[in-house]
Amino acid sequence: MKIKDIIQLLDAEVVWGEEKLWEKEVQNACGSDLMSDVLAYVKDQSVLLTGLVNPQVIRTAEMMDFVCIIFVRGKHPDDAMIQLASEYGIVLLSTEHRMFTACGKLFGAGLEGGAR
Amino acid sequence: MSELTFRFVVPGDDYSRAGEASSTVKNRLKRLGIDPAAIRRVSIALYEGEINMVIHGGGGEVIVSVTPQRVDMVLEDHGKGIPDIALAMQEGYSTASDQARSLGFGAGMGLPNMKKYTDEIEVSSVVGQGTTVRMAVLL
Repeated sequence: MKIKDIIQLLDAEVVWGEEKLWEKEVQNACGSDLMSDVLAYVKDQSVLLTGLVNPQVIRTAEMMDFVCIIFVRGKHPDDAMIQLASEYGIVLLSTEHRMFTACGKLFGAGLEGGAR
Repeated sequence: MSELTFRFVVPGDDYSRAGEASSTVKNRLKRLGIDPAAIRRVSIALYEGEINMVIHGGGGEVIVSVTPQRVDMVLEDHGKGIPDIALAMQEGYSTASDQARSLGFGAGMGLPNMKKYTDEIEVSSVVGQGTTVRMAVLL
């Protein structure tokens, strides 16, 4: 699916990311509030769902080559995080859905968890 | 390409800046045309190391050397040191603060992750004086 499909599926607000970036194709995602686990277990995923809001989320996403971060439970990144994400070209979305629901909706629509 | 060396100072009191050195190294390695899988391994190991330096080490210095054969990383801090290195290398063992945990770290995965993503790692530490971590990713 494309990032624009995620926006629609999760009724998400685009916090940062111009429309041409919404065309990026994504196949795998992971959901975690623990960045250590993201660094330890994630492999070749391109979307991160999290309820954690701090600059290390953006840094972690950059190290792991994520192209999109979805903040669940209506969480919102601050200006410093948005600035950092824009430097790396990472799309930032915010959805009111909770983690379980957001993951379920994306999984149900074909986004996979990826292999460990 | 002969050896290239990059040096960074990691501030000890500013969590928001942890990862700047890793990010810069990642971009420089990309420009050198190094294999993306190796770049990711270097980036993750270095990032975990940087986080550790901020959480435990009070900041320090990072030196990264690149040759066509390998990427060497030396992370040196002057923090409180590690009393039992073997214990610190175990997954899940952590002495991190609540502040570190609130940032999504402190799960006891730092050193194990650094070992997992590198080909060589050597940790030396003197309690009360600091810790030096030497890591290498072979290209």
